[in-house]
Amino acid sequence: MEKTKKIYNKFQSILLSVSQWIGSLTDTQLLMTITIFIFFAMYLVAMATLGGGFLHAQQVFDMLNDNASLIIVSCGLTIVMIGGGIDISVGAVTSLVVMSCVLYLNNGGSLVGSILLALGIGLAFGLVHGFLISYLEIQPFIVTLAGMFFARGMTTILSVNPQKAAHEGLAKLRDTKIVIPWLGYVAKNGNLVPARVEIGVVVALLCLIVVFILLRYLRLGRNFYAMGGNQQSALMLGINVKRTRFLSYLISGLLSGISGYVFMMHTGAGNATNAAGMEMNAIASSIIGGTLLTGGVGNVAGTFFGTMTLTTIKKIVVASGLNDPWWQSITTGGMLCFFILLQSVVLGKRAKKKAL
Amino acid sequence: MKKNTKSFFQGGLGQLTIPLIAIALLVLFNLIRDPGFFEIGITHNNDGNIVLAGNLISIINGASELAILAMGMTLVTAACGGQDISVGAAAAIAGSTFVKILKSAPEINGGIVVLAFLCACIVAMLFGAFNGTLVAVFKIQPMIATLILYTCGRSIAYWINGGATPTISSPIISALGSFIPGIPVPTPVLIVVCVTILFKLLFHFTSLEIFTQSVGINQSAARLNGINATFIKLLSFIILGVCVAIAGSIGVSRLGLINHETLLIDVEMDTILAVAIGGNSLGGGKFKISGSIIGAYVIQMLTTTLYAMKVSSTDVKAYKAIVIVLLVVIGSPVIKAKFGKLMEKVRGRMQESAAKGA
Amino acid sequence: MQDNTLLQMRHIEKRFPGVLALNGVDFTLRKGEIHALMGENGAGKSTLIKVLTGVYQMDGGQITLDGKSITIHSPQDAQSQGISTVYQEITLCPNLTVAENMFIGREDGAWVRHKLYEKRADEILAKLGIPARSSQQLGDCSLAVQQMVAIARAVDQKCKVLILDEPTSSLDDKEVKMLFDLMRNLKSQGVGIIFVTHFLEQVYEVSDRITVLRNGELVGEYLTEQLPQVELVAKMIGKELDELSSLKEAPEGEEEEKEVFYEAKNLSSSDAMPFNFSIRKGEVNGFTGLLGSGRSECVRAIFGADKVTGGSTFIKGKQISVTRPIDAMKSGIGYLAEDRKRDGIIAELSVRENIILALQVMNGFFKPISRSESEAFADEYIKVLNIKTASKETPVGSLSGGNQQKVILARWLLTHPDYLILDEPTRGIDVGTKLEIQKLVLKLAEDGVSVTFISSEVEEMLRTCSRLIVMRDRHVVGELKGQDLNQEQVMKTIAGGEAQG
Repeated sequence: MEKTKKIYNKFQSILLSVSQWIGSLTDTQLLMTITIFIFFAMYLVAMATLGGGFLHAQQVFDMLNDNASLIIVSCGLTIVMIGGGIDISVGAVTSLVVMSCVLYLNNGGSLVGSILLALGIGLAFGLVHGFLISYLEIQPFIVTLAGMFFARGMTTILSVNPQKAAHEGLAKLRDTKIVIPWLGYVAKNGNLVPARVEIGVVVALLCLIVVFILLRYLRLGRNFYAMGGNQQSALMLGINVKRTRFLSYLISGLLSGISGYVFMMHTGAGNATNAAGMEMNAIASSIIGGTLLTGGVGNVAGTFFGTMTLTTIKKIVVASGLNDPWWQSITTGGMLCFFILLQSVVLGKRAKKKAL
Repeated sequence: MKKNTKSFFQGGLGQLTIPLIAIALLVLFNLIRDPGFFEIGITHNNDGNIVLAGNLISIINGASELAILAMGMTLVTAACGGQDISVGAAAAIAGSTFVKILKSAPEINGGIVVLAFLCACIVAMLFGAFNGTLVAVFKIQPMIATLILYTCGRSIAYWINGGATPTISSPIISALGSFIPGIPVPTPVLIVVCVTILFKLLFHFTSLEIFTQSVGINQSAARLNGINATFIKLLSFIILGVCVAIAGSIGVSRLGLINHETLLIDVEMDTILAVAIGGNSLGGGKFKISGSIIGAYVIQMLTTTLYAMKVSSTDVKAYKAIVIVLLVVIGSPVIKAKFGKLMEKVRGRMQESAAKGA
Repeated sequence: MQDNTLLQMRHIEKRFPGVLALNGVDFTLRKGEIHALMGENGAGKSTLIKVLTGVYQMDGGQITLDGKSITIHSPQDAQSQGISTVYQEITLCPNLTVAENMFIGREDGAWVRHKLYEKRADEILAKLGIPARSSQQLGDCSLAVQQMVAIARAVDQKCKVLILDEPTSSLDDKEVKMLFDLMRNLKSQGVGIIFVTHFLEQVYEVSDRITVLRNGELVGEYLTEQLPQVELVAKMIGKELDELSSLKEAPEGEEEEKEVFYEAKNLSSSDAMPFNFSIRKGEVNGFTGLLGSGRSECVRAIFGADKVTGGSTFIKGKQISVTRPIDAMKSGIGYLAEDRKRDGIIAELSVRENIILALQVMNGFFKPISRSESEAFADEYIKVLNIKTASKETPVGSLSGGNQQKVILARWLLTHPDYLILDEPTRGIDVGTKLEIQKLVLKLAEDGVSVTFISSEVEEMLRTCSRLIVMRDRHVVGELKGQDLNQEQVMKTIAGGEAQG
């Protein structure tokens, strides 16, 4: 009796300190923490119940290899969403960059030239979007929708048929993999299969770190938060809101360009259907990662785990034998619904508590 | 005279000015390019019916689903200040339901078709209510709320038909998708007319219009005047659900099959565009359904014009984007203000010179 | 004395279309002084503040700061010249930390040095005695602390003049005390503080000097200790329009015989303390008290506009349940809200649509008023109330304030209410329209409609009401009728017990 009471008391004090800790978090940190917690919980459950691939580190690296470009565009989208905007052109721009670079390389272009081309296309889209949205005050949805149409249309104008890159340098880039033997596993035939990571993943992680630093430690990054939190206040606090908004779209455009290049390094071919639906996946990643479309709340670390959560769900669905093609997106939708409602409830509860 | 032109631009047509100018420009452009572009021919179709044909007919016919969706979307936009991006996916679900019921019947007759359509309606309204609840009750922005159905809607459609893309062949269905024997006008066009009349009747026999606008413009004042804002928002999504069911059923009937991947693909973007081109604010509030309908025909006319210029169906988007940007730039508040200032300057100059002359 | 002058505003004029909002107002602020700026609605104090902070450009006059003549182009400009404002609504970003809110928008270089900022912020917070951690999210702090952070930001920007615009309206007693300690602390450091408020006790607690404005004109500048509370109220409310005081002819006491139409017992809402209230058929009564005394909250509770939390309500002795506005409307109650822009007009809809809105809601969703019918209604009321509009299809947002108010009045008259609540119907509108509205109220009462009338101007209420319920600090403190219904008595009751001595 005494013992149970002791345990109970201890449990209660732990609960109290946890709730105090949660209370001390900012909205951004809280939403991100929830996502990270759910991701690890999900992954651990998958490891325990499904085993198989989930027990190998390569599973994580595969997820990264396949989603490097998604991670990059999600970073850009997170910036735009923190600033209170939206950019739905990111997938289309990625696709356009892939096609242009492949054609450029196949027509005797150099690797450096192709990188500049990719960055140039991305920047150009960001520039036009930013100008129209912040200086002409047109709704971001319509502007970036037009951007999306334009990029998709240009992609097919360049080539309707899939184009395989025949450039040697690119092929080398594509096939270069960073090998990490100690994270490998022993296959059934007794051979060691080392973990392999593509260069694109390194680029993606670099982008992630840069954007993280930008948002956390640079003045510009904090201005994004201020603008998204309360535009009127931001103006009163002496922030150049128009320029800040312009820059958010410019960065998003630039990251779409980088994403396109990474996509090309992964697939090595341009195709009109490349990166189809990527914009919505990126929005979903950001939302799951704790970014609010209303602006002011979000973090790229959360976005990263958002992407990983989405991917893990898909892998779990496949691994648990739900092979019918529809289950992946139905569970994704369910997951999204769960996160959106959870955030709405959590933030609502917090706001109520504050009001009291 | 001067006063007349002023009121013509400022008050006379109001928000319909830009879409009407767009249509006029497109017509003019086409007439210059090919004087015979708008000729309407009379031909016999495969079933031996006498039907109308020509670019104009194909524009009006092709815009049917878009026009119907745009009407519903206008209501959602006005009430909630946001857009439903799941209409294409929801239409696929409705279409799949439609086909599923037809397929499960031993023989397709009029009654079954009506039953199938009603089932599609109910399903689409339920999904609309789902979106509407997230928006109206949980206060989630429409775009985020409908992203859920956008993500998984087409897969649900696929699931309904067990992973198949079944075809249906029946004279009733093909009549719905193309022509009813003896009537030379395409059936979808007739359906658009019916839906438009239904909306007119809805506005005539209920207070939906004024309530929706009040909620969209000033929710606090609307509440103090006794309007139930939650109900109005939910209702707008349910009405959009009906529109989705109609559009989905037309889409299925046109092809005689359901393909969850391609049925009304990307229609959500076009629908939102139609609403915006129609001069409705995407931030909600005052709306004109007629603007959105005209917006839908602007988009379709643009598409058809580009097709006629031998632009391939996949490339059309790029040109469409340019026209959209031009339209929104003209309509942008900054440009309008600048233009207004310029006009004032010109007027001032004219008055000055007139004074000098006198 | 002269050396001590920090800010001087002379002959400030500001015109709005049709209104002279400030008419040659003078204002002087000295170093290390807390100066209360007082006045009822429409007196011009917020306009004066907006001129000083660069939100509005003045049409005439001169501003000198530290002996130098200055012009202020924008709020940012005002800040850089040392004039900072802290508004009732927090103009900080709730999603950032306290430290960031203090330094964002004014730091050098591209990097944000969180540690340094937090250290400096903690120092300032400690110096000013503000109970907040610099790494905390601002939105998690109480409103009082948020306000103090805004003040700390201003102080750290080396502000010389600090304007506090209604800082205490949403604070409780303890928080107000904290804020006052901070204000005294700043005062001792030589900052000149302009304190705009409508709480009399607070003025007497903290301020050194009082400037009173009325109808856009300066009434005078006084030392706080030399101005008794009841005189201050008199100066704020004024004694003009005497020639109109014969408006009401009905002899007092006649209403007693008529039946009670509406009664509330212990009614309370999320914003209103429990109160009792009743009104007879054809009676005009009113809630009076200064802004923020709870007068609006009471009528909002009657109408079901705020969440009703307790009490019972009766119409003609029969109990009714009012939880939403529609319930009240169905019981024959109409309510013209205090904030016309936020709770009244649907700006982009036409005059016609605005007029029929309430009747339409009462008719129900499936019984729309036909176009011709609604046009007839609109025409009728535009004529009856003499609404000046280009046409009945003009968006109501483009009308002048007075005409907007008439449109909303028309909206409620059209529902033919038995009981009409008018919360500040004469606020911010011209004198002629004010008079029209007062006449209308009396005419309605003659026709047997009960009216509750709220106004910041006591004469208006004396002229129209036969009974006044006086409120102070969210409590009913008195009820005046018959002989007691005169200006002196009203002011005494508003100002409170100690002023009677």
